[in-house]
Amino acid sequence: MYRYDEFDERFVRERVAQFADQVARRLDGSLSEDEFKPLRLKNGVYLQLHAYMLRIAVPYGTLNARQLRQLALIGERYDRGYGHFTTRTNLQFNWPKLRDIPAILGLLADVEMHCIQTSGNCIRNVTADHFAGVARDEIEDPRPTAELIRQWSSGHPEFSYLPRKFKIAVTGAQEDRAVTRAHDIGLRLRRHPDTQETCYEVSVGGGLGRTPMIGKVVRDYLPKKDLLAYLEAILRVYNLEGRRDNKYKARVKILVHEIGAEEFARRVEAEFARLDGPSINADPEEVARIAAYFAPPAYETLPAVSNTLEAARAANPAFARWVEVNTTAHKVPGYTAVTISLKPAGQAPGDATSAQMRTVADLAERYSLDELRVTHAQNLVLPHVRLRDLPAIWRTLGEAGLAEANIGLVTDIISCPGLDYCALATARSIPIAQAIQQRFADAQRQREIGPLGIKISGCINACGHHHVGHIGILGLEKRGIESYQITLGGDAGENAAIGEILGPGLAAEEVPAAIERIVAVYLAERLEAESFIDAVRRLGLAPFKAAFQEVPRAAA
Amino acid sequence: MAAAAKRVPLPAILLANDLLDGDVVFAAAAGPGGLAWTRDPARALVASDDAAAERLEAFAAAELRGNTVVDAYLVDIALEGGRPVPRHFRERFKTLGPSNRPDLGKQAGEGIAPAPKG
Repeated sequence: MYRYDEFDERFVRERVAQFADQVARRLDGSLSEDEFKPLRLKNGVYLQLHAYMLRIAVPYGTLNARQLRQLALIGERYDRGYGHFTTRTNLQFNWPKLRDIPAILGLLADVEMHCIQTSGNCIRNVTADHFAGVARDEIEDPRPTAELIRQWSSGHPEFSYLPRKFKIAVTGAQEDRAVTRAHDIGLRLRRHPDTQETCYEVSVGGGLGRTPMIGKVVRDYLPKKDLLAYLEAILRVYNLEGRRDNKYKARVKILVHEIGAEEFARRVEAEFARLDGPSINADPEEVARIAAYFAPPAYETLPAVSNTLEAARAANPAFARWVEVNTTAHKVPGYTAVTISLKPAGQAPGDATSAQMRTVADLAERYSLDELRVTHAQNLVLPHVRLRDLPAIWRTLGEAGLAEANIGLVTDIISCPGLDYCALATARSIPIAQAIQQRFADAQRQREIGPLGIKISGCINACGHHHVGHIGILGLEKRGIESYQITLGGDAGENAAIGEILGPGLAAEEVPAAIERIVAVYLAERLEAESFIDAVRRLGLAPFKAAFQEVPRAAA
Repeated sequence: MAAAAKRVPLPAILLANDLLDGDVVFAAAAGPGGLAWTRDPARALVASDDAAAERLEAFAAAELRGNTVVDAYLVDIALEGGRPVPRHFRERFKTLGPSNRPDLGKQAGEGIAPAPKG
């Protein structure tokens, strides 16, 4: 894992001191709210419905035990004993007091964490594949790239006031687990077919929100050494030409859409050619220094099969089921990556109590080489687990209410906080997620349905990624009540697609039955071993639309 | 100055977030002719006519200038059992707390007297 050097440390400490001073000036009235708001947003402080909210960056979703324990402590000391993991792999506290935020930022700096650039019109926290470094389908670990971008983009003077926010995701794997095509810039590490050299495929102009777009590839094989200069060229074109007159048309996706991907790429290449590459690109020594932090940890040499694990599986079907659903094949024999579901029935998706955070921190320290990950699907990962340790981990997770075996299934729902917390929301998300979880609680049924991603957003800004949900749910307000629009056929992976609207909005209580009907069409029509999304692609929308129209409506 | 934005239908209450804590606060009658913030929505002063609404608006403007609260605005309500209840579901949540966590927020009595800690 990356460790701060003296520059990182100083940068973060200086920012804490600066923001503490800004808070003091706000409290003594020297700064008005209009003056203070952009400053607090630069430091992750929002004002939500019931309270302030603090968004803490978890760069590329990587944490160690000490950091997670510190988050648990902050949750207990300054919040209400829980936090919410987000689709940008960040952690949000829902109840901090403004007067306490400088102290909280100090505690974060103690464990090399901060809230810088988790909001505002700047380059946001860079996300990556949550199985980085361990996935079998990976060409190269994306985290050194993500860390390099974090360093380059932190406090970047030219890109601190972009037309709008800017999100970057990196993957090094075949399967896209980082939703790269729904990002302003998506980077995919791949080998050049001729030279076998590792390069980046660069896509630009993806994004969700009110105008969802899938990113367009503007460079097929960017040499790794040119990364920062190329990013600088993209950001410069966007910064100069992106719209500032209309917030809803200010994201780079609109610029790419309006002038076309080819023209956008041409302008980027022209800018790239003008830039003094060597003065912008990272020094190879620095790149190597960063990469060294992500070198594989000291794995043991283990047999590929663990007799302890196999015996436990044979003896306990519930455990066997959890292993089947919540673990992922690891690069190294004898190891596995465990995904801990933060979606137990009845809980808000992505919420974890301080006690649960401590349990997970202890497990990471004891069983996962002191490392864990946050996923964009709002779950946690223990990336380096010996197969033989799975029974002990499962027992401990069970005691903490964290042993739900539902990763990738119908109850593993992505949900934004919605109108239960968020000032921008137009409808609630969490109770919808809970109602669907309840409806599909039966484990056998979930298994029968197989992989199915439901994603819920409480407003058009789409923090809950509903556009790329196999089934997407968007909460809106319609004539003074909450109304939910259902989309079908979205995909967050390498075959990224935006879902299509099935029909008129539904009342909250009608949503579970509608999902039920959609699932019933799939179960009736699917071919042998055909997944939900594959069936939707093959069948098209028509049979689902027909079933959707038969959903009984409370009101006309 | 531009004409004042169209006011919400009356009756209405004034709510805001406390600058220091972020808690939702409501303008309530305090002393003779005075107004002060309370965390208890049941105590919110209900403005039923233009004069009362203007008084709440003037209080909001002064308190925003005085940096005691942020995001102050009038909310139209209905009286239910003598208590003001916002007509819009969004504002109703502000008087209650997260619907998925009845143990938190005003619905759990947080910050509302006579809770032991205010």
